[in-house]
Amino acid sequence: MTYLRKVGAIVWKDVVAELRTKEMFSAMFVFAVLVIVIFTFAFQLRVSGERVREVTPGALWVAFVFAGILGLNRAFVLEKDRGCLEGLLLAPVDHTAIYFGKLASTMIFMLVVEAVTLPVFTAFLGVSLFDPALLLVIVLGTFGFAGVGTILSAMTAQTRAREVLLPILLLPVVAPVLIAAVRATAGILDGLPLSDLAVWLRLLVAFDVIYPAVAFMVFDYVVKE
Amino acid sequence: MTAGAPTVEAIKLTKAFGHHAALRGVDLVLEEGQFLALFGPNGAGKTTLMRIVATLTRPTGGSVRLWGQEVGRAATSLRSNIGLISHDPLLYGDLTAEENLRFFARMYALPANGTRSALDRARIDAVLDQVGLTARRRDPVRTFSRGMVQRLSIARAILHDPRLLLLDEPYTGLDLQAADMLRGFLQDLATTDRTVILTTHSLEQGLEVCDRAAILARGRIAWMGARDDVDLETMKEIYRDVTRAA
Repeated sequence: MTYLRKVGAIVWKDVVAELRTKEMFSAMFVFAVLVIVIFTFAFQLRVSGERVREVTPGALWVAFVFAGILGLNRAFVLEKDRGCLEGLLLAPVDHTAIYFGKLASTMIFMLVVEAVTLPVFTAFLGVSLFDPALLLVIVLGTFGFAGVGTILSAMTAQTRAREVLLPILLLPVVAPVLIAAVRATAGILDGLPLSDLAVWLRLLVAFDVIYPAVAFMVFDYVVKE
Repeated sequence: MTAGAPTVEAIKLTKAFGHHAALRGVDLVLEEGQFLALFGPNGAGKTTLMRIVATLTRPTGGSVRLWGQEVGRAATSLRSNIGLISHDPLLYGDLTAEENLRFFARMYALPANGTRSALDRARIDAVLDQVGLTARRRDPVRTFSRGMVQRLSIARAILHDPRLLLLDEPYTGLDLQAADMLRGFLQDLATTDRTVILTTHSLEQGLEVCDRAAILARGRIAWMGARDDVDLETMKEIYRDVTRAA
């Protein structure tokens, strides 16, 4: 319980700071909307009508991933500012609590941005995205992305070229999650039953377990000199 | 924790960053209630030693025991008895002074019973009052001056009433008023049974509060003695001699 309370304290701290500044949320939201606008106009040159449905899953996840990278870039940079990460490392708690706290707050920020972005997507592309199965895929995909992104964000925050390094390291590693999320999203938009998408959903769940488990094992080595 | 064991015991402690050896075999014993002023030129290894004692950095060789327990093995439990004031304030600029302390109170789980919130508040009120920031408790830390940030940093470090307090160059960047406040705080500390390690470049500031003094030069303890055995002028001569020789 003490462990969870400390994870909760980190989430509380991140949410309070974000509510006060709205820096991360506004950057992520504006970026996601810009991606949607650009994709909409780019696709309208060659794709029309029913074929919009074919490009929607890719466009959706590109918007989520790039907005998520913006958020992840800030997650541990804020902790490095004024030496705050050391303040966390000094606390009498297993250091993995920091990882799970940051993972939870990244999830919250990404899900809020995604929830606000979905209606914009629907309006621009004319494809309804309010399907409970699709929401499940979004949650699973976001968790896998944030799971590996949080540990890589902790690693790259200690480097000078962090803004460049994070996407370079993250995108290849997160590729299986993205492929599974895009394929599952496409299947749902095509009206396939969930049983037909089981392989992609299982892959998402597997990476949702594997990435945090690996991070749990290595986080202490990542954040400590 | 082992009864009767020294608060800090470093044995042949080494730390290397690549090819650069920051510490080259530091031996140090500090008993409960002792106040050590650790002097040394830039790059002597003072901050590295403090970070290892604070459990923030792993040593390359040798060992550190706190209250008889190896730091590497029991770091999580030992940290509840360590307070650190470092070059950085370790505070969140977007949170208010009170929110910062509330967050750290939660991280230190003060105290572990059902009345936590009320006692957290009482403790936060007490330390804010102690550092003279009660009137600014609801202001974001980013609006504070350097001196106020350092006062809040002190409040954060003593919030959980640690038995070992590590102060790494706490006077850096402070104006006269803030330095006076810090001096008063350190003089109060010297009368308690807390164990304190203070690193500073200023022999005057260190000697006026400590009961033990040491000089770290090029990663080694070059001199160590009791405060009562040296006056300021003698200490200056020793400092010049050992840092030149090192």
